[in-house]
Amino acid sequence: MNVDHILVRYSEIALKGKNRATFERTLKGNINRALAPFPQARAKRTTGRLIVDIHNEDAEAIMKKLRHIFGIVSLSYALKTSHELIDIQATALEVMNQNQSAKTFKVNARRSYKSFPIRSQQLNHDVGGYVLKNSEGITVDVHNPDVELLVEVREQGTYISAGKISGPGGLPVGSSGKVMLMLSGGIDSPVSGYLALKRGTQIEAIHFHSPPFTNERAKQKVIDLSRVLADYGGSVRLHVIPFTDLQQYIHEEVAMNYEMTIMRRVMMRISEQVAREQEALAIVNGESLGQVSSQTLESMHTIEEVANTPVLRPLITMDKVEVTDIAKQIGTYETSILPYEDCCTIFLPAESKTKPKREKARFYESFLDMDEKINTAVSNRETFVIDAENRSNEAFAELL
Amino acid sequence: MIYLDNSATTVAFSEVLETYQKTALRYFGNPSSLHGYGSEAEHLLRQARQSIAGILDIKANELIFTSGGTEGNNLAIKGVAYARRRRGNHIITTAVEHPSVLNTCRYLEKNGFEVTYLPVDNDGFVSLQDVKDASREETILVSIMHVNHETGAIQPVEKIGEWLKTREKIRFHVDHVQGAAKVPLHLHNSGIDLCTLSGHKFHGLKGTGMLYIREGVQIEPLLHGGGQEQNLRSGTENLPGIVAFAKALRLAYERYSEAKQALQTHKHELMQALRKREGMLINTPEEGSAPHIINVSISGTRPEIVIQALSKKDIHVSSKSACSARLQTASEVLDAQFGPGERAETGLRFSLGYNTTEVDIQQLLEALDEVVPEIRRVKEVKA
Repeated sequence: MNVDHILVRYSEIALKGKNRATFERTLKGNINRALAPFPQARAKRTTGRLIVDIHNEDAEAIMKKLRHIFGIVSLSYALKTSHELIDIQATALEVMNQNQSAKTFKVNARRSYKSFPIRSQQLNHDVGGYVLKNSEGITVDVHNPDVELLVEVREQGTYISAGKISGPGGLPVGSSGKVMLMLSGGIDSPVSGYLALKRGTQIEAIHFHSPPFTNERAKQKVIDLSRVLADYGGSVRLHVIPFTDLQQYIHEEVAMNYEMTIMRRVMMRISEQVAREQEALAIVNGESLGQVSSQTLESMHTIEEVANTPVLRPLITMDKVEVTDIAKQIGTYETSILPYEDCCTIFLPAESKTKPKREKARFYESFLDMDEKINTAVSNRETFVIDAENRSNEAFAELL
Repeated sequence: MIYLDNSATTVAFSEVLETYQKTALRYFGNPSSLHGYGSEAEHLLRQARQSIAGILDIKANELIFTSGGTEGNNLAIKGVAYARRRRGNHIITTAVEHPSVLNTCRYLEKNGFEVTYLPVDNDGFVSLQDVKDASREETILVSIMHVNHETGAIQPVEKIGEWLKTREKIRFHVDHVQGAAKVPLHLHNSGIDLCTLSGHKFHGLKGTGMLYIREGVQIEPLLHGGGQEQNLRSGTENLPGIVAFAKALRLAYERYSEAKQALQTHKHELMQALRKREGMLINTPEEGSAPHIINVSISGTRPEIVIQALSKKDIHVSSKSACSARLQTASEVLDAQFGPGERAETGLRFSLGYNTTEVDIQQLLEALDEVVPEIRRVKEVKA
């Protein structure tokens, strides 16, 4: 395929006034960061679009990257040419010829460069007529064409493309502030993080690790999941909280049926504390309203009592199947189902209250002395910055 | 030494051996063990899988490590046949497959399956129409190689795969052992359900290979045990071999894409030169063949004798597939292409590598000019 540019379209409906410039700048920054492996390719802003100049880089590989960038509504491979009608016609024909299977087409010309003398309607005619005359076996269909030839006349030149490839939608990561994602390693929380990214938040992740009760591999799994999320979100800062002490303490001191609730309240407190330090304005988790012990409405009510920060639950209304589908589509599913114990399953008490009460939880906690333990856990946390690019472990890189 | 038997096996890249040795010493743990060594080994295993998936543009969960081409072909064919026997018992393959496909099919014929062996035309190609005509209600599997191991003919697997997309009941297996790293084949786009690769054909190590199994395709395992490789290939993972396989694949992709032009030139020159010589018939099609294989029938000789004579001059070539070369019969591939007769009995195969040079080709031609007339003379005297 012969292309030299990719046109990037984003939704304009939500953009008014000052927001727009910020939005465009953030999106451009995200695109250029994702294109770091392709040093010659760069995104540029023009009115209402971003245009990626491919130079000699691999267009398909670039397209693959762009399809993971939130805020992009659609994309087109394009060939750039001059403002001369004969060039536009010839290029349009070339683009058409690259779509061998197409039987019908139509031309959709836009003229954002108003000094260009030919009006859009006329340009449709001029280009359509030329393509029709110079190809065999194709006809015009204005209602349901196989290929829509998009001709965009802009100040810096004319861009011609065939059809659009859909982008992921949403808002550019970083345009909505920062959140703290509680990342367990299961199927749900990575999907939740993905959806938070989709709405333009930047994410940091927090994970509770209880060695030796949880395996090093459970931690590795969370690192791997963060890496997949980094594919969509640029990079992810991961905080791993040493949780063994607290977990054992709770296990020994709290009545069995409230153990789970208290543990979750403690996790919530720690998450909030880390969120505050990192200037994240909300906590995101993977809970969906359901029958499982900690995900009943009563349970959420009791656990969230300890937080003074919004707790966002992107999956709250979803069925497990819907979540699993997204996990498969974004590439976290395979990692999520690896069978390593995480801190939720290992201390699972024989019996848990599915409808815990705030008063009861407070009552049990009144016998505990956890503040210092919590502070220690927070300050002893391990922090990793995980990039999408840095895929293979340094030591392994030379082997592979 | 001039080595022109790269379709039989290749010399390992030295980097690949280094990788093997380092992995075997440093990451000797069993990936299934829970301790640190196990965990590291498992991590490396996943990285290797990722790396291969990246090169082949497939998902990491779509590949099963095997011991090589024979196992991959057996696993694919028997695996699909046994998993789908309730849906049908008919298999389509071609008459020119590698013995590990042909003999697996023959084995299945003894066990209640019916097999159609499609013919090839004079250029060695199977036709999509023949596949269509052979397929029936009970067809569950089509197995067709990508690059023929004797003639280098590239079968139209992409076209066949495209058509098979419309036949949901039929699984499509491609033996890509000869094509890997040399002739591009996109697995996801080509309607391929299973695809065999072997490490030692692209400068990896013997005993390494993989089978691509598209997500959602069910097969029965050949080996039962500890449930490794998604329960499809039990047995402790051959981690050094696997990592070496990943390394070899990456290097082979790089080096063969660099050498592509040179290989084409060598092949073209060699074919031109052979064509000019008397009693030599080229069995490799001019168009639609791999850049590294040239097959020629030399009348009035026996391939074993030519091979011996060249070998004395330190030039190493072969006749048919190494796996059947010891049997003193005509090549099944050439037999299918031209029918029985001298042409099928006198085929000689030159298979080039990324490092084959112009000089190698010249020396081969000179050596042929020396030994062939001599062999012909001896034969005539006897006659």
